[in-house]
Amino acid sequence: MGSTSEFNRRDLVKRAAALGIVAIPAMSVLTACAGAGGGGGDKVEKGTKSAKNPLAVNESAGLDVVIFDGGFGDKYAKAAQGEYTKAFPKAEGKVKLSSTQKIQSTLQPRFNGGNPPDLVDNSGAEQMDFGTLVSKDQLTDLTPLFDAPSIDDPSKKVRDTLRPGVLEMGQFGGKETWVLYYAYTVYGVWYSKGNLQKLDAEYPETWDDMLALCAKAKKRGIAGWTYPGKYPYYFPFSLYPFIAKIGGAEVLRRIDNLEPNAWHDPAVKDAFNAYYELYQKGYVLKGSPGLDHLQSQNAWAEGKALFIPNGSWVENESAKQIAKDPNFQLAVGPPSSLSSSDKMPYGTLWASGGEPYIVPKKGRNSEGGMELLRIMLGKKSSQNFIEQVSSLTSLDGGTEGITLPPGLASAQQVLKKAGGNIVNPRMQDWYVALQKEKIGVGAIGEMMAGRMTPDEAIKKIQKYADDTRADSSVTKYKR
Amino acid sequence: MQHGKYRFIAGFLAVPLAIYAVFVISPFVQAIYYSLTDWTGLSSDMKMVGFDNYARLLKDSVFWSAVGNSVTLLLLLPVVTLSLGLFFAFMLNVGGRRRKKAVIGGVRGSGTYKIVYFFPQVLSVPIVALLFQFAYNPESGALNALFKAIGLGQVQPDWLGDPQIALWCVMAAMVWANVGFYVVLFSAGMSSIPKDFYEAALLDGANRINTFFRITLPLLWDTVQTGWIYMGILALDVSAFAFVQIMSVGPGGPDYSTEVLPLYVYQKTFRDGQAGYATAIGVSLLIVTLIFSAIVMRLGRRERLEF
Repeated sequence: MGSTSEFNRRDLVKRAAALGIVAIPAMSVLTACAGAGGGGGDKVEKGTKSAKNPLAVNESAGLDVVIFDGGFGDKYAKAAQGEYTKAFPKAEGKVKLSSTQKIQSTLQPRFNGGNPPDLVDNSGAEQMDFGTLVSKDQLTDLTPLFDAPSIDDPSKKVRDTLRPGVLEMGQFGGKETWVLYYAYTVYGVWYSKGNLQKLDAEYPETWDDMLALCAKAKKRGIAGWTYPGKYPYYFPFSLYPFIAKIGGAEVLRRIDNLEPNAWHDPAVKDAFNAYYELYQKGYVLKGSPGLDHLQSQNAWAEGKALFIPNGSWVENESAKQIAKDPNFQLAVGPPSSLSSSDKMPYGTLWASGGEPYIVPKKGRNSEGGMELLRIMLGKKSSQNFIEQVSSLTSLDGGTEGITLPPGLASAQQVLKKAGGNIVNPRMQDWYVALQKEKIGVGAIGEMMAGRMTPDEAIKKIQKYADDTRADSSVTKYKR
Repeated sequence: MQHGKYRFIAGFLAVPLAIYAVFVISPFVQAIYYSLTDWTGLSSDMKMVGFDNYARLLKDSVFWSAVGNSVTLLLLLPVVTLSLGLFFAFMLNVGGRRRKKAVIGGVRGSGTYKIVYFFPQVLSVPIVALLFQFAYNPESGALNALFKAIGLGQVQPDWLGDPQIALWCVMAAMVWANVGFYVVLFSAGMSSIPKDFYEAALLDGANRINTFFRITLPLLWDTVQTGWIYMGILALDVSAFAFVQIMSVGPGGPDYSTEVLPLYVYQKTFRDGQAGYATAIGVSLLIVTLIFSAIVMRLGRRERLEF
């Protein structure tokens, strides 16, 4: 007879030790790419500067571009790549464009090894931390690009063709501009005009109307709001501009600057109370705390809820579901007025840049990287982007002569109505962990699920903000 | 001659030892080294900071939630999975009604069950996690629909959205995904237990419960112990990471209720650009793993039965 099993104890000890070693795979992944030392850094020679080549790109040098393959895909970048090789025929075949969803794990070894690509769309869940990149001197200052003449009109500099606020977003406390945000996103309360018409309603301009409309919808078994409870940091898309509208843009500035007691501003409390009322009165779609972004958008597209806090990418992301209802008529609204004493007028809107592009400092052909951006900021590439992914670009204009899909057309309208009243809170770029995991999941998500009162949520957020301010490992910014 | 013999042995050992040193020992040493630096993960520019990272760990409340949740998984996951695995395997192999000729046998249809139990093992972890995520969808998921159908319309939990039960939801998915493997493993172990033991027990009038605790479990102990270590490792490392990352709110939430150590390592490295700090968390994960292995080895020490 044999033994009870094929193992004996000594084998087991060895096995346990071996398994224990396997159990820390993260460490070996990390170490595999570390410490490769400087090296690299040998740049290609500059080309000759001319009217057609203001950035002095080496005409025959290769170019290495990495695109985030997310909601916008990479087709628009490939089209721009075609334009680049048209302008520099000698570079034909030497322009390498790759796309990935895993920006950081793909590029980390290359940054550590000192041979990064020439242009990176640093976006998505694996976005590399900008503060770290800037403080470790890994990025090229894009000022030459902004001072170069634009591709469509040589008498205008690139910086004068951009939408307001885009350039400033790319600065991190200094004069240099490190990042170009290519897409232009309108945040707010997204809804279906068709579904509102069924209730004989239009977008409510005051919060009282909002509550009344939600009450009306509730009687018909429709929820007022839904949201992705798995990512409750979607709420700020309509909540932050609401705060600014009530208490002025100054409140958001203090919050961004992590000032003590910034969250204890009465405007924050009013805004939180108003949203909490949605929960208390049962106007939030049941089960929302357990939905992810696509599930909540589906429920909303099916007409189970009227409103969802979101950004302009929703039109592309939920295109299929929205198309099922031919009378949907996607639209976006700015935050409703809480009272007549709000500091900013109705129309105050959060709009800002998305898809952050960077030109790594140690890339071989930085001029080429900037030149490709200059091409992308031209009217032709910009229109191509708008048509392909129904989102605006940072180029001011560029929409003439093309029919915009309903959501984008509505975004364009609210932008126009907002005029100068555009706010741009920076928490989500500057302090990602604080914004998403702590404020979003830890406080706002808990409040909207009814597990925390507004007062408790605000107190908790203020503590999170204070902790971040005191944490020396987090780079701080001011605006 | 002696001299030649050692050289001979060394010749065989050199290659595996070198591979072991390069791929196992050196990452260990490097990891400990990097945990003492302020490495960002995005630049080769770093400096030594001594034990700063570890001092920070002690004060980091998220880290302690992660330790708590990882240890909860470590304690409960093996117990639940292995108990279920043992129970099913016993029913499939020994627990059936007595039939003519055969001394022992499984419940009716045990052949089919064996295959069905193994199904989840064929699916990859992300698919299992996604399937469960759909089932847990509070708004249109299978579970809440089931509750409605059987007249429990008032009971509509948020599942993954509720910090009280989120970790349990994730754990249930992990148990489901893994139990089939242990059914097969224990079935194999049970089939090597001699039938005459059971025959003797039956003649003495032992019922199923007695048979299980007096014969099957003691003779299967080594297999159970191996399974225990496998499950423990699984609760601590990549598998837990994958399930939590895909299923949970945040991920890691709500309110850090599903944050586990490997996920925290990932977030600190790939989101916050603090690879040095992340490595320190990795080292603490190593310590937890070693303590676990030591305890299991000590508790599991028993006299071996030879038969």
